[in-house]
Amino acid sequence: MSDKSSTKLVLGNVSHSYGTVDVLHNFNLKVTPGEIVVLVGPSGCGKTTILNLLSGYIQPSSGSIIREGAIRTVYQQDGLFPWLTVSENTGMGIRNVKDPVQRDREIKELLELVHLENFGDHYPHQLSGGMRQRAELARVLAGDSDILLMDEPFSALDYQARLNMREELIRVLQKRPRTVVFVTHDIEEAAQLADRVLVLSKRPATVCYELNIDASHPRRVGDDKVVAAMRRILKELGL
Amino acid sequence: MWTNTRDYRITMKKGSKLFNSISSILLLMVVLLAWYLISAFEVFPAYAFPSPASVFEAFKEELTEGRLINDIIASLWRVGIGFVLSTILAVPIGLWLGSHLNARQALVPMFNFFRFLSPLAWIPFAILWFHIGDKPAIFLIFMATFFPMVLATMVAVAGIPSIYFRVARDYNYKGIDLLTNVTFPAVLPQIITALRVSYGIAWVVIVAAEMVGCQDGLGYGIWEARNGLRLDSATCYMIVIGSLGMGIDRLMAQLTKLPGVRWGYER
Repeated sequence: MSDKSSTKLVLGNVSHSYGTVDVLHNFNLKVTPGEIVVLVGPSGCGKTTILNLLSGYIQPSSGSIIREGAIRTVYQQDGLFPWLTVSENTGMGIRNVKDPVQRDREIKELLELVHLENFGDHYPHQLSGGMRQRAELARVLAGDSDILLMDEPFSALDYQARLNMREELIRVLQKRPRTVVFVTHDIEEAAQLADRVLVLSKRPATVCYELNIDASHPRRVGDDKVVAAMRRILKELGL
Repeated sequence: MWTNTRDYRITMKKGSKLFNSISSILLLMVVLLAWYLISAFEVFPAYAFPSPASVFEAFKEELTEGRLINDIIASLWRVGIGFVLSTILAVPIGLWLGSHLNARQALVPMFNFFRFLSPLAWIPFAILWFHIGDKPAIFLIFMATFFPMVLATMVAVAGIPSIYFRVARDYNYKGIDLLTNVTFPAVLPQIITALRVSYGIAWVVIVAAEMVGCQDGLGYGIWEARNGLRLDSATCYMIVIGSLGMGIDRLMAQLTKLPGVRWGYER
């Protein structure tokens, strides 16, 4: 497994446009290893574009991107391959590990970590939305991934499942630390999960406010610091 | 409570399945009865409308003389070879075309042209090129199934949700690994459907193909019966063709029960 402290993720003066629409203009972002950065902002402001640039899925019109470490993305929904079982999906990132015993042990550990140990042989369409996202979580953690990009991963779930998944994510990250860049439109989610919240402006996106939340994890929705952070984010969004 | 509802639903499902089989058997009996009555009251002259009993006699006769079995084997063999050949070529070409836009734009008009050309139009060429025997029939089966199968596979590939390719990229699937582990399984449910549809076409075409280019086979059997004004024997062949076609489709439907493709039919 690679050294997690050596990961690097930096956007330097990055601009990006789709045709004549400027989505990002001289955007800067430096992610510290091991932190959870949450991006919030109005819809269409370019949050997903930032993730796509970070993952290398799209190239910027100008600017520099430094990426060190293996990057994996958790998508909003349906990112699991439906023709593979939960175990097989989880094992995708370690399919090149030669020793099958070691591979199976890792898969088993990951499934236990996300409480899906009894569902390894199930196919994604046989699981609930929350279980599918937990399987996604197990999959991105497999092997030596360093950076997790999460694109509104819980937005398709109902409120209760979303609360559970936030808790799960924090618990899992405490056992297997990763650097996380998390995009959401859910202010409560941002306040509960983030070490640092970046509030983005309308297009072209700039960071209009940066909020560090120095409360320990896990946090509850009603915690004073979480509530205070939510107020602050709402204020910055003009809501 | 929940379990009860579930059990109830399962019983319902089983019940409706039984009801369905009973109703199709009943319907078959009604058709047989109608057939019997029409021939018994001689609505049509006996030579033009064989009775169930005469068809049964013809069936016994064809069976004991060995013609029927021989014709079944000949037809199955031709359809099998033509169909397998066309699948082996059409699926990879469809996979390739589906992922290459330029090639698709260049080749699709031509493939569409051939798809709309009835395979029976090739009969004169088939006989001139391959004379008589298995080859012209196999050629016709190939021409009938190849183009629809290429197009179906291609359309399926072009419609794969882009998220699968994004995930594949995250996990370093490239080249042949991407093709066999992502693209192919992503379209397998649709390929199975395309196989079933194409097989249906093949089975229809074989009868026509054997009427002209062969000395045996189910199509030839019907042709022979017609020449001898033996409509009882022709009807017997028709029943065999329909039942075999249905039976093989049932077998192919089993493919949809494979665990790795169930998702394609349950969403």
